[in-house]
Amino acid sequence: MSKDIRIKKGLNINLVGAAEKTTSKAVLSNVYALNLDDFHGITPKMLVKQGAEVKAGEPLFYNKANEEMLFVSPVSGELVEIVRGARRRILTLKILADKTQEYTSHKVMDVEKAEADEVRKFLLQSGAWPFIKQRPYDIIATPDSTPKAIFISGYATAPLAADPDFVLQGKEAELQAAISALRTLTPGKIHVSVGKSSQSPLAGLEGITLHKVSGPHPAGLVGTQINKIDPVNKGEVVWTISPQDLVIIGELFLTGKFNAERTIALGGSVVKSPKYYTTKIGAEISTFLYASGVSQEKFRLINGDVLTGSKTHPEGHLGFYNNTVTAIPEGDDYEFFGWNKPVFNKISSTRALTFSWMQPNKKYDLDTNTNGEHRAFVVTGRYEAVFPLDIYPLQLLKACMVKDLDEMEQLGLYEVAPEDFSLTEFICISKQPHQQIIREGLDLLYQEIG
Amino acid sequence: MGLKEKLHQTKLKYQGKKMAPAFNALHTFLYSPNETTHSGSHVRAVDDLKRTMNTVIMALVPCLLFGIFNAGYQHYSAINGFPENFSVLEHFITWDNFWLGAITVLPIVVVSYGVGLAIEFLFAVIKGHEVEEGYLVTGMLVPLIVPVDTPLWMLAVAVAFGVVIGKEVFGGTGMNILNPALTIRAFLFFAYPTWMSGDKVWVHGAVDRAGTADAISGETVLGYLAQGNNTEMFAKYDLSEMFFGFIPGSVGETSTFLILLGGLFLIFSKIASWRIMVSAVVGSLAMGLIFNGIVAAEWIPEYSKFYGLMSFEFWQHLLVGGLAFGIVYMATDPVTGSQTNRGKWIYGFLIGFLSVMIRVFNPGYPEGVFLAILLMNVFAPTIDHYVVRGNVKRRMKRLKNATIFPKVSGEVEELKTETV
Repeated sequence: MSKDIRIKKGLNINLVGAAEKTTSKAVLSNVYALNLDDFHGITPKMLVKQGAEVKAGEPLFYNKANEEMLFVSPVSGELVEIVRGARRRILTLKILADKTQEYTSHKVMDVEKAEADEVRKFLLQSGAWPFIKQRPYDIIATPDSTPKAIFISGYATAPLAADPDFVLQGKEAELQAAISALRTLTPGKIHVSVGKSSQSPLAGLEGITLHKVSGPHPAGLVGTQINKIDPVNKGEVVWTISPQDLVIIGELFLTGKFNAERTIALGGSVVKSPKYYTTKIGAEISTFLYASGVSQEKFRLINGDVLTGSKTHPEGHLGFYNNTVTAIPEGDDYEFFGWNKPVFNKISSTRALTFSWMQPNKKYDLDTNTNGEHRAFVVTGRYEAVFPLDIYPLQLLKACMVKDLDEMEQLGLYEVAPEDFSLTEFICISKQPHQQIIREGLDLLYQEIG
Repeated sequence: MGLKEKLHQTKLKYQGKKMAPAFNALHTFLYSPNETTHSGSHVRAVDDLKRTMNTVIMALVPCLLFGIFNAGYQHYSAINGFPENFSVLEHFITWDNFWLGAITVLPIVVVSYGVGLAIEFLFAVIKGHEVEEGYLVTGMLVPLIVPVDTPLWMLAVAVAFGVVIGKEVFGGTGMNILNPALTIRAFLFFAYPTWMSGDKVWVHGAVDRAGTADAISGETVLGYLAQGNNTEMFAKYDLSEMFFGFIPGSVGETSTFLILLGGLFLIFSKIASWRIMVSAVVGSLAMGLIFNGIVAAEWIPEYSKFYGLMSFEFWQHLLVGGLAFGIVYMATDPVTGSQTNRGKWIYGFLIGFLSVMIRVFNPGYPEGVFLAILLMNVFAPTIDHYVVRGNVKRRMKRLKNATIFPKVSGEVEELKTETV
């Protein structure tokens, strides 16, 4: 049974520098790193000491709140550095990779006959559990919960994001294994969304409910799809997994090995020849960035897409959940009468002497300038035009800002993740930090109620 | 060293100092800032508050220019009689009209911006936040909604009151409950009622000449109607004059034609809400029709003091007075108006409806737009509340069918539904 989802409200941000559909193998990175900021809300407890030798897939630390949830090394090598920040909080774990990779082997499981508890335990012990995120709160799924449904979005609409159809080619077996395993964990459905006219390997899987999605960004965000298919109510839990992480999970079940390899899209106007690379989680970004070349010295390097990614630098490492790396120009320059002259080279959601509405398919070279200063909320009705969820965005943001728990609940904070507010943040005339406001609201709600 | 570099150095010098907001306000007026994104989305759309406000000002400029010419035209026509065979180029767009209009209207603009911006800067420096752009539009609206002979000191007092009490005490732009420009207008009306009403203040010079042999009348269209002098009014002004604005009235409100163009521009540029404009027009037509119906049914006698305005053709209400101006430029203020799309329909409709009602029934002063908008400003949060409750109710209804599974470990979770 398939149900079509057509999104009308939204805005496509077409940027220069989309990755060309050819894949190269990235140079092997010397050092791999896990960035602890990727695991929101997790307090790590180390299992190995600095200097220890680890295999790929061997646990490095566990979640303080749940000892069973292990986080594993993407490669085999020596744990050379534990970078700590204020109050000795662990920021990054760096692993110097061995020349020949050794893997921890788990017992191969027949997913067709597996029991829920077995699968759950296997995922937790093998380090694949953190790939499963949950809503409410947009955190790593609580192992104790049973989701009412699992959502997987195989349709990317974010600017310069990796095309799931392309990177998932030939991974049908892994995807099917992962889906079959996850099937045991929920009595509900597994909703998989693909682009309307796509040839996605996801479409042919068994045991899923397929949805065909069309429309502008944020049609590809899993939050939009959840809202249209089966919104989260108070007390309910849904899980979300990105399709590329499904491949890693599937491979674990098929081979017993944690293979951190993934295909990523390198894009952005600064990159000379944007294309796809196969590399591993935690690899140093310079290992593929400079293979494609950069056209200027000063640029913003982003782990992820331009709307939701995190700031990094060439010596930084590929994030745990990312399959996109973007490089765009920094915009730390003044512009003479930038606030009133007609604008042709930037995107706008209005027509106030801005002309992006005339060329909806033009590709833009945007920089990181905020194009204005931070202000109080003034204009109304603009967010609603790009926000397809059945939620009042302005009212929810204000409820989060004043920390009104009742309002946050009633206006639908359980249904959203910060990324759902990335587009309203992009068009925000008052330049408010929407994603941060929502993140803080979710954390507060989790702390007080969850 | 170029200007850009010099200003950058000065900005660094002022950073963290008390005067920084004042300098930044001037700096960002010349150059959009070099700020880059820090959290969340790394790229941002080009629109900011300055651009938004600037678009509204652009839509107001034709009204201001027209107001300047009209000030001169009304003055000379009141003295020398209205020209026969009126032609726009010959009788309206003349140097005499412009010059007289400029020396009467521009001082109002200067006082409005001067006093208002001074207060804005002062508050920004004291409270250490950036100067917000809200007053750029307010300062332009104020000269357009006051009578041309408003004494400047009165205006200065009213602007100070409006900006401080109407806006800054609530926390500045974005936080105010009442439209600041209308607060200023209401202050003028209630503090100096003898000045602000009657037939003298609308045409330059009428006040000075009152009681002398050269006395001139500057009765507005609504003034005539309120006194039941419908035929006399129509003898003096025809419909096209009302539509194009060659009638006495507040400086910028007379030309419905230019207001219509401004409104279309604001709708096209997606700056102002078309929902509010359309529903306000519908609301005023509805109320006008009701009054026309009452007259047609002969429920009120011809000698009633409301007869003149009630019998006025319903759609012509939009051509006279400040109704069109209020609907396009004041009711659409996003801060004080309704914030939800559905709420905007209700909010706009009631503004139009109440404007015409107050206009007809106000005994002292035949105009009601500013009172209607201020009243609805107060009710806008209530309207939004009920609209948002609709969304919440839908969510609560869904909750009844929620699929909540017990924890895997079998732990009984304490019931945490009390907040819903």
